[in-house]
Amino acid sequence: MNFYAFLAQLLELVVALVLAPLLTGWINQCRAWLQNRSAPPLLQTYYTLSKLFHKDVLLAHNASSLFRAAPYIIFSCMALSCAIVPTLSTDLIFAPAADAIALVGLFALARVFIALAGMDVGTSFGSLGSRREMFIGFLAEPALLMVFFTASLISRSTSLSTIVETLAHREFVIYPSLAFAGVAFTMVSLAENARVPIDNPTTHLELTMIHEAMILEYSGRHLALIEWAASLKLFAYSCLGIALFFPFGIPEAADPLSLLLAGATLILKLAIGGIVLALIETLSAKMRIFRAPEFLGTAFLLAVLAMLVHLLLEAGQ
Amino acid sequence: MRQLLLIDWILITALGWLAIGVVGIAFPRKFFLISRALFPLGAFLGLLLALLALAAIASAPQRVILPIGLPDLPFHLRLDALSAFFLLLLGATAAGISIYAAGYLRPSEGTEPGLQCLLYHALLTSMALVMLADDGYAFMVAWETMALCAYFLVASEHRYAEIRRAAYLYLLISHIGAVGILLAFGVMAGSSGDYTFDAMRDFPTSGYWPTVAFLLALFGFGTKAGLLPLHVWLPEAHPVAPSPVSAMMSGIILKTAIYGMLRVAFDLLHVQLGWWGILLLILGLASALFGVIFAAVQTDMKRLLAYSSIENIGLVFVGIGLALVFKSFQLPNLAALALTAALYHCLNHAFFKSLLFLCTGSVLHATGERNLGKLGGLIHRMPWVAWLALIGALASAGLPPLNGFVSEWLLLQGFLFTAGLPHGYLNMLLPVVAGAVALIAALAGFAMVKFFGVVFLGQPREEKLAQAHDASRLERYGLLWLAAGCVLLGLLPNVIIALLDPVTRQLVGGGLRYAATSHGWWLLAPISEDRASYSPAAFLASIALFMAFVYWMVRRYYHGRAQRVAAWDCGYPLQTSRMQDTAEGFGQPIRRVFSPFFKRTREHPSPFDAQPRYRSVVEDPLWYWLYLPLARLVEYGTRLIAFLQQGRIAIYLLYSFVTLLTLLVLTRG
Repeated sequence: MNFYAFLAQLLELVVALVLAPLLTGWINQCRAWLQNRSAPPLLQTYYTLSKLFHKDVLLAHNASSLFRAAPYIIFSCMALSCAIVPTLSTDLIFAPAADAIALVGLFALARVFIALAGMDVGTSFGSLGSRREMFIGFLAEPALLMVFFTASLISRSTSLSTIVETLAHREFVIYPSLAFAGVAFTMVSLAENARVPIDNPTTHLELTMIHEAMILEYSGRHLALIEWAASLKLFAYSCLGIALFFPFGIPEAADPLSLLLAGATLILKLAIGGIVLALIETLSAKMRIFRAPEFLGTAFLLAVLAMLVHLLLEAGQ
Repeated sequence: MRQLLLIDWILITALGWLAIGVVGIAFPRKFFLISRALFPLGAFLGLLLALLALAAIASAPQRVILPIGLPDLPFHLRLDALSAFFLLLLGATAAGISIYAAGYLRPSEGTEPGLQCLLYHALLTSMALVMLADDGYAFMVAWETMALCAYFLVASEHRYAEIRRAAYLYLLISHIGAVGILLAFGVMAGSSGDYTFDAMRDFPTSGYWPTVAFLLALFGFGTKAGLLPLHVWLPEAHPVAPSPVSAMMSGIILKTAIYGMLRVAFDLLHVQLGWWGILLLILGLASALFGVIFAAVQTDMKRLLAYSSIENIGLVFVGIGLALVFKSFQLPNLAALALTAALYHCLNHAFFKSLLFLCTGSVLHATGERNLGKLGGLIHRMPWVAWLALIGALASAGLPPLNGFVSEWLLLQGFLFTAGLPHGYLNMLLPVVAGAVALIAALAGFAMVKFFGVVFLGQPREEKLAQAHDASRLERYGLLWLAAGCVLLGLLPNVIIALLDPVTRQLVGGGLRYAATSHGWWLLAPISEDRASYSPAAFLASIALFMAFVYWMVRRYYHGRAQRVAAWDCGYPLQTSRMQDTAEGFGQPIRRVFSPFFKRTREHPSPFDAQPRYRSVVEDPLWYWLYLPLARLVEYGTRLIAFLQQGRIAIYLLYSFVTLLTLLVLTRG
């Protein structure tokens, strides 16, 4: 138990909680620019959260205690996932407690709760959203796990810290398998974070929504927690992408100077990532829900291909 | 008189169950005695058995010979680590089911309580004897007693034709399987005629006979376990039984098949071939995928759970197959990892599936409905059952930090090591198979959200659900015990792995004990800490702490006002319970994506139909491709043979004469 590992862990969590809404705001801004609209302020997400926290909660007559507990559970799961992903340092106090597979399990836990909450009030849109969310979930989860497995086979460990250490520090080798895995991961992240082309985060057009349909009945602080959790999820996925595919600059040690440097690099990378995401969303159109299996099936096959490429070409090295 | 050993105590406990059953049948009218004294006593014996088995796992094998049965064929019994582990599973699960059954039993339902008490406890005794048996004869007697007791319990509501049909199907397939097991024992006993397991262990390891024995055993135990394509009886028989019996069948009886398979494959047969493992792996994966896909489209809550059992048994077989592969490459510690995952999953499945089946029992008593299309919103009327079912559903979906996740995590870790196998292509194919395991786990999540969401959440789909009542006190104790098991098995993986160490040492010669226990009770690191580690306790603690903190912060800095209003639902004014997703609706994406797996019949009436009927029936295609042709073949064959039956005595005398003549000719030469 060293002090710096604890400090890095705490800092990482706080940075995630603070920066996540900013990342969402940044992406919205970039997207507005790219689409020739006037952009909302960068801090708009914070204003919305603050507004929602101050409002009364309107609960449907039929809402059960599960409905009220779910936002807290989902928010905690997402915050924990941000703490697991190494962003500022690989020397984290929580790193041994959860590896890449546990991270997938954590995302699945949050997904199950949000889907159950969507079904709780018993409206037509709620259960429609839950069904679609679980549908996207079971398509995306294997692909995500295969991406992690490819990285695990390279670094001989499923621990995220070890993966990042191996990829960033131990040796500088170009892994062609990671290129395939990177594409697969991007596709999965788009689907998991309810982005175009699978879902549209700004839609309220009833028949096309997935994420929005599940949370239709939420209001006030519950909605704020869920929106914040969604930003945290996007932040966690972005950081995962950075950790797996662009880990250069994540330090092994956790002394204050390297933490500061790592923070600066992280913000730079996230800013670029946000632009890329906005670009993808602007350039693609939302697909019909039953095209999603093709999209995510492609992601799964790419991830399998990545694994095979690793086993065929790189394993002997 | 020698001192009583552990095996004697275990035997006394198991026979105690039989005694309870006999007392029950002796006083069939005393319902209060049966439900309030005998079943709780049975639960206590279960607990006792679990404790005795716990003590027995690490101790040396013990034997006893019971002088019952035929004159020259006494029962040989033996208690070793493998049987002790499965006895532990039996005792611990049966304790929960029995205490629940005490509250569940109704004098007006099905077979009268006295007889049910006898059958139920005889079933428990026979299962314990299956796990203790040390010769083929004792094993088969106990095995068949188990099958028969289960048959009578399934047919408890024998007034309904479809229940009789389901029970008959179970009995038939169970007996076909028993023939396979018998033949496997016959092959292993060889020409010696000695059916003790000790003699079978000396069975020659060369030639093709071990493979024949393995395949026969796989067939026999596969029918009992519900392995594809021998699974058809399972989704018929498990749902129609009374719920405690369903729980027992899915939770424990399926595990006896796993026990038998392990006993034959690792203990009795000395040689393990790699391709056996591959075969088990393929069969297990096929069963798991098939089971979970069908679970996701079911409309009957107990059938959904039955299909989910096929999935879980499939995963166990995947683990056993992987262990066989590692064993054949002389990698005992990795084989131990895969085998630990399989055994751990057996224990987990026993707890969470029994829990879920018992929850459906409470729902059934409260509402009289098994059909998902007529349930809904029960979390308001039955909070105890709902929240405990949620634990079971989350465990079954393989979500951290509950128990289902630990075994799936171990299994996936096992797959990651297959990349290092010294083999030309297995080292590339097997890691990819992990993707299929991940798909199965994700689909299990879908099925469980459907199960829990449709039964307990939303608006009640029928008027009468407003009168539903929660589980009775004894029922709650049973559910609580099993739910606590799901949580504890998830939080204390190292304790269980240390417990499994003697078992894996006995079967594959390797164990995880050192690696698992070297980092403290809270951190699971099966091979080494930098390879992979997982700490469910830290996981749960941090989520709980974070939740408490967030709740406190939100309530401290913002007011806590909440109003009850009508649901928003995008502003649509009309909302009825019929507008929610039905079970069919929720399963629709699965039906569409996996359509080649199903045989569907649909009725889509025209828009001008005055009385439209919408129907969509999803059936098991194997029933039509395999079983019905097979049944027709058998019928055709019997019709040919029936030609012999002419009904005239002269012809029968002729048959006897011809037979005699033929035999004389044959024996003369």
